Amino acid sequence: MPSKGLVTAALGRHRHDRARLIDILRDIQAQAGCVSPEAVAEIAAGLGVSTVAVEGVATFYHFFSARPAGTYAVYLNDNIVSVMKGRAAVAAAFEKAVGCKFGETTPDGRIGLHRTSCIGMNDQEPAALINGVVFTSLTPAKARVIVEGMKAGMDPKAMVASFGDGANASKIVRAMVKNNIRKEGPVVLAPFRSGSAIKKAVKLTPEEVIAEVKKSNLLGRGGAGFPTGLKWEFCRREKGEAHYVVCNADEGEPGTFKDRVILTERPHLLFEGMAVAGYAVGAKEGVLYLRAEYAYLLPYLQKVLADLRKKGLLGKKIAGKTGFSFDITIKLGAGAYVCGEESALLQSAQGERGEPRDRPPFPVSSGYRFLPTTVNNVETLCAAARILEKGGAWFKDMGTARSAGTKVLSVSGDCKKPGVYEVPFGLTVRRLLEMAGGTDARAVQVGGPSGCCISRGQFDRAIAFEDLATGGSVIVIGPQRKLFEVIHNFMEFFVEESCGWCVPCRAGNPLLLRKLEKIMSGKGTPSDIADLESWGKTIKAMSRCGLGQTSPNPILTTIQNFRELYESKVDRNRDFKPEFDLAESVKAASEITGQKLAAHDPENPHA
Amino acid sequence: MSKPVIATASLAGCFGCHMSFLDIDERILDLIDLVEFNKSPIDDIKTFTKPVDVGIIEGGCCNSENVEVLREFRKHCKVLISLGECAIMGGLPAMRNGIPVRECLEEAYFHSPTIDPADPRLMPGDEDLPIILDKVYPLHEIVKIDAYLPGCPPSADLIWKALTSLLEGKPLEIPYSLLKFD
Repeated sequence: MPSKGLVTAALGRHRHDRARLIDILRDIQAQAGCVSPEAVAEIAAGLGVSTVAVEGVATFYHFFSARPAGTYAVYLNDNIVSVMKGRAAVAAAFEKAVGCKFGETTPDGRIGLHRTSCIGMNDQEPAALINGVVFTSLTPAKARVIVEGMKAGMDPKAMVASFGDGANASKIVRAMVKNNIRKEGPVVLAPFRSGSAIKKAVKLTPEEVIAEVKKSNLLGRGGAGFPTGLKWEFCRREKGEAHYVVCNADEGEPGTFKDRVILTERPHLLFEGMAVAGYAVGAKEGVLYLRAEYAYLLPYLQKVLADLRKKGLLGKKIAGKTGFSFDITIKLGAGAYVCGEESALLQSAQGERGEPRDRPPFPVSSGYRFLPTTVNNVETLCAAARILEKGGAWFKDMGTARSAGTKVLSVSGDCKKPGVYEVPFGLTVRRLLEMAGGTDARAVQVGGPSGCCISRGQFDRAIAFEDLATGGSVIVIGPQRKLFEVIHNFMEFFVEESCGWCVPCRAGNPLLLRKLEKIMSGKGTPSDIADLESWGKTIKAMSRCGLGQTSPNPILTTIQNFRELYESKVDRNRDFKPEFDLAESVKAASEITGQKLAAHDPENPHA
Repeated sequence: MSKPVIATASLAGCFGCHMSFLDIDERILDLIDLVEFNKSPIDDIKTFTKPVDVGIIEGGCCNSENVEVLREFRKHCKVLISLGECAIMGGLPAMRNGIPVRECLEEAYFHSPTIDPADPRLMPGDEDLPIILDKVYPLHEIVKIDAYLPGCPPSADLIWKALTSLLEGKPLEIPYSLLKFD
């Protein structure tokens, strides 16, 4: 692999900037098919940092690989909705046609088959990324056609036969992705005329803008629900040589894809929201952190930014306001769920491993480049723009007393109409299921794996911060599904995505997974259920970021809401039942040494 | 009233936890007033001769004999304690868990620096020898464990505190200082 030339070029393109290490690595991965140890050493030398510093970053993100990932790198989504929609058959078809297993690359290096976490296409699964190009609603037959194309050396883009709706079909995107907008609400998905928010904002003082947002009672849409106006106020108050607005477009929670639709159909609303935030907190620069899975939208988003600059809505003297300049750059991730956590996202945006920071200090005082930063969700910024356009009182009138406005939900799984629904807060799960055609559900996973799994008896609960808080993922689990399979899939996801910093999360999640498998295999006892509850509590309490603080939820919320399921699986008459099997565990050594267990087996001493 | 009976064993451990046990120093005189030892390296009784109240085990299980001893302890002891890192987590011996058994055995008997190249290479396979397990297991994966005393080794004070609490029938309250290792 002629990595030297590639590395030199990549370093030059990114001005030997250590903070752009992820961009450099992305280029090398795309061009060389891997980030080899040699490339790592060359990058380190070129940046004047240690090899370990570069290796640490390169090995953190799962779209970087030390060994060749294949000229065609196929990443097939393995989340539960993909499984529900026939992933196994599609995977088998890929393996058969390609001639290698998942996790391998063909001997000639042409095609590599890989698993990946949710890629934000849950309403059109099974889906895969091939060299960054999205393939949705896969079937075994489609997989075979794709493999033929790869063997014939076709460009993955040329293999996209038909395009999705809206901007997906535009010349610059050309993706087969569908928007599946089922319900447009008045805040985020309603039509928006560029300029109508920022022009109003600049007529006010920044303090007045913040007051308007506060009046609206807008809470952060990422799920945690921090008041946006207050965050902006804190950020504005902080002293620093610069302030930043960072938009978190790293929606990685399995089952959420609404930001993808917003980025496709309402990017100008989002960017205007960022400009409003910039005006409010006193920032000149904004960063959109875009998850790697949505990199196919990058050229399109760049074009939207260019158009806004032309219209005078970004850049200098925005909307005619002297002294107000603001512009936005886009930073790409490289595959890591934990980067959805705001401080991990900031680390990643600075070219580091996406490991969460200690807090305090919070990003409002020490954020991007360790300067005052407001980090907001895509949907939050869209809502903020709309609030400036239509007024805080208008916004506050919608939703519930505590949860103002609307929520954009990503609905997927066992329902007739998967897609995006913008609904007022306070909507019950039952009503949502009626809209989506999934009323026979046995369970609904609200808020993705990190959220809550509710049973039929709880379908009258409301989607709102005061009841079922959610970042937007709603997965409908039909009556035919085995719930343990769902829980297992979610726990595997967390084991994979833990950044490894905190022991409770790094070691605790694998322990929970093993314990769950013990129960699933019928070897559990009531004490195993008690262990799951107690260990889950410890992991939640002792992890420092949202990942570990929520990762036991698939188990804990199902023990709470489906206890009978666990109890039906365990042997109630026994206090303890080991998984350990002596005969099985001496097999390997017996084959080598010729020793036989009989002489040693205390259960069978005279055999 | 007869004294409570204690038994101890070291499985895949280094006897460091037993050494730490002896570090209770002169308190051992109080202890033998309070309890009676049965199967244990401390009095060298090899087999159980009566029911035991508290069994204390150091080390995980790396071979079939470890499993046999552990199961014997479970059968005879009312309360069974995992003592130290190796018993609780597998410890240092468990570092082999990522390496296939064949590689471990060949490293030990064929490739180690102390093998005399002139000798024929022999893999010990006498049936009196315990059989190596596929990996090193913590005790609680094989039998039910009632209490865990962490540390490498657990300090003498921790062992003393645990034993005296048990004998006095008090709940075990371990001060943080006895569990803080850095």
